[in-house]
Amino acid sequence: MYKIASKKVLNSFVTQMEIEAPLVAKKAQAGQFIILRVDENGERIPLTVAGFDRKKGLVKIIFQIVGATTNKLNQKNAGEFIADFVGPLGNPTKVEGLKRVCVIGGGVGCAIALPVAEKLHNMGCEVDSIIGFRNSDLLILEDEFKAVSDNLVVTTDDGSYGLKGNVTMPLKEALSNGKQYDEIITVGPLVMMKFVVLTAKEYNVPVTVSMNPIMIDGTGMCGGCRLTVGGKIKFACVDGPDFDGYQIDFDEAMKRGTTYRDFERHAYEENCNLFKKEVK
Amino acid sequence: MANMSLKRNEMPTQDAKIRATNFCEVALGYSEETAIDEALRCLNCKNAPCVSGCPVNIHIPEFIEKVKQGDFEGAYQVIYKSSSLPAVCGRVCPQEKQCESKCIRGIKGESVGIGRLERFVADWHNAHTIENIEKPLSNGKKVAVIGSGPSGLTCAGELAKKGYEVTVFEALHTAGGVLVYGIPEFRLPKAIVQKEVDALKALGVDLQTNVVVGKTITIAELFDEGYKAVFIGSGAGLPRFMGIEGESLNGVYSANEFLTRNNLMKAYMDGSDTPIFKAKHTVVVGGGNVAMDAARTAKRLGSKVTIVYRRTEKELPARLEEVHHAKEEGINFAMLTNPVKINGNQNGWVESIVCDKMELSEPDESGRARPVKIPNSEFKITADCVIMSIGTSPNPLIKDTTDGLEVNKYGGIVVTEETALTSLKGVYAGGDAVTGAATVISAMGAGKTAAKSIDEYLKNV
Repeated sequence: MYKIASKKVLNSFVTQMEIEAPLVAKKAQAGQFIILRVDENGERIPLTVAGFDRKKGLVKIIFQIVGATTNKLNQKNAGEFIADFVGPLGNPTKVEGLKRVCVIGGGVGCAIALPVAEKLHNMGCEVDSIIGFRNSDLLILEDEFKAVSDNLVVTTDDGSYGLKGNVTMPLKEALSNGKQYDEIITVGPLVMMKFVVLTAKEYNVPVTVSMNPIMIDGTGMCGGCRLTVGGKIKFACVDGPDFDGYQIDFDEAMKRGTTYRDFERHAYEENCNLFKKEVK
Repeated sequence: MANMSLKRNEMPTQDAKIRATNFCEVALGYSEETAIDEALRCLNCKNAPCVSGCPVNIHIPEFIEKVKQGDFEGAYQVIYKSSSLPAVCGRVCPQEKQCESKCIRGIKGESVGIGRLERFVADWHNAHTIENIEKPLSNGKKVAVIGSGPSGLTCAGELAKKGYEVTVFEALHTAGGVLVYGIPEFRLPKAIVQKEVDALKALGVDLQTNVVVGKTITIAELFDEGYKAVFIGSGAGLPRFMGIEGESLNGVYSANEFLTRNNLMKAYMDGSDTPIFKAKHTVVVGGGNVAMDAARTAKRLGSKVTIVYRRTEKELPARLEEVHHAKEEGINFAMLTNPVKINGNQNGWVESIVCDKMELSEPDESGRARPVKIPNSEFKITADCVIMSIGTSPNPLIKDTTDGLEVNKYGGIVVTEETALTSLKGVYAGGDAVTGAATVISAMGAGKTAAKSIDEYLKNV
């Protein structure tokens, strides 16, 4: 059992928790992920590490409430326990030698992009960050990004905060104005990452994308997280989760992401109904 | 008086129609009377050829003699001297290729049902004997065992009995390895595995789940923490795919994923949060035990199932009993059939699988007849689910984080066979991590060998 040390609501869909997991905290690095199970009947879900405190043995996770499992997790409070928490899995984001990087986060993906931006900033790299959200209600981590970025641009789809539009607009503007980056590192919805790659391609800037497919064990055993990368099958859990964005078959990844959509919707609704009953 | 019947006593099973809709164990086991009757078929041969067919050399005629006398506990003690997991092996060993293949009775008629008797004896023991396991006096030496599958459980048990302080590290949330995530409940009830795990704990073994060695902790760090020796029993690893078009469509699973969702995550049960796709027609590619398990699981989830295999039924690597059971349950066998492409619909879901018809030619390097494609024989099978069960390749997590650990060109850990010692001092390995996908019994044998070597090594440290 793993104790929830703290819980913080970042917005109505996104929650942050710190979990007591000293072995994971000791090893975790930006870009890696963990797998957790809320309770005995729980599903194993991967979540990227959003931060860690090695001394206190805490690992920070930030998750969006999208399905039954994240809903169940969100119903837990600080001081309560979850059944399983294993990691750190996958490979850390490669940052060695980078001098100028644009970090692009979308929605809850910003939670994963932040530790990467932090790491880059701490090693003296120039960091421009672009973080995008659907609207101002969903905005998270703005101050945290500000603290580690040389320039920060916030976008919202509806213009309710920051720049109206999506993250590729400011990126395109910077690149067309001759801004040079060694690399773009992006984490967010697949469709956003796909368009970041397409934009960067025009200017020949390498893009690293962080993939978050469906997983079970996270150690390579099941192959559920497979992606087509450069025409070959790769497993996100052992080969990734970071990949060269130019090589990813995003359309396939998007389709694979919908495998259990009906099941999840059904489970989520059932879970909500149960919760409502409890509240009554 | 010897029983000279040419036929062995049949294994009682759940009715095929009924069992194809549930996950309860298929084979029900011999009664005491049947077991004695079957034991009486054993001629107690002096040279006991069956023993040479057993990877751990169980004294087969000796235990069967005890069964004849009705001394079932005595029989258990004979087996237990050589095998620490008889209830498991009696169920999952490919006996017809091992002990039973050497049985003299098999020359004219059917061999003695050695596996069935082993299972009977183990189940009788589990039902009638209250084990009084005591934690042996500690010798203060710490040993780390990586993986809690058949090799790890055996190695840990042997060492714990000798007084070592053993910690088993398991990557998943439940101990048992392939016995839990791979082999389905209907073939190996999980309560049997749990009993073995509980027995280990009673011996004082510390079991740590949710630790991925190579990620959470490395082998070098284990030594830093005071472990004097390490056994790697991390299992087979990454599922293989064929490399054909359409393998990433929705509805294509590796057998590992499909079975893990069902067995470990209990997706078939109400109340489990883990989803599984319930298909209309499932095509399973492959002919091993894992393919049979996947096919029979899909059947139980309500799908029509076809197994496609590129050789003939004669070459199927699966246990004979599993093939029989699968057929009884209404699974179609499309032999001499090799997939070339999977077609999808516009939403990215499997629609059909395109296959070539094959024929057999001369034997290849494995000694099995090589299947060759019959030109222009392509045909299509309509299906909405495809399960790839064509083997695994070794897991890179430990190799990549352990300097100096030698692996072969297939990625299997290199060991000296007699000692299970790897290229690193104090590091031993066994099971599928060494051999690639093999059997429970051979993994168990390797765990035992390693335990013996570790004991010899640490006696002098």
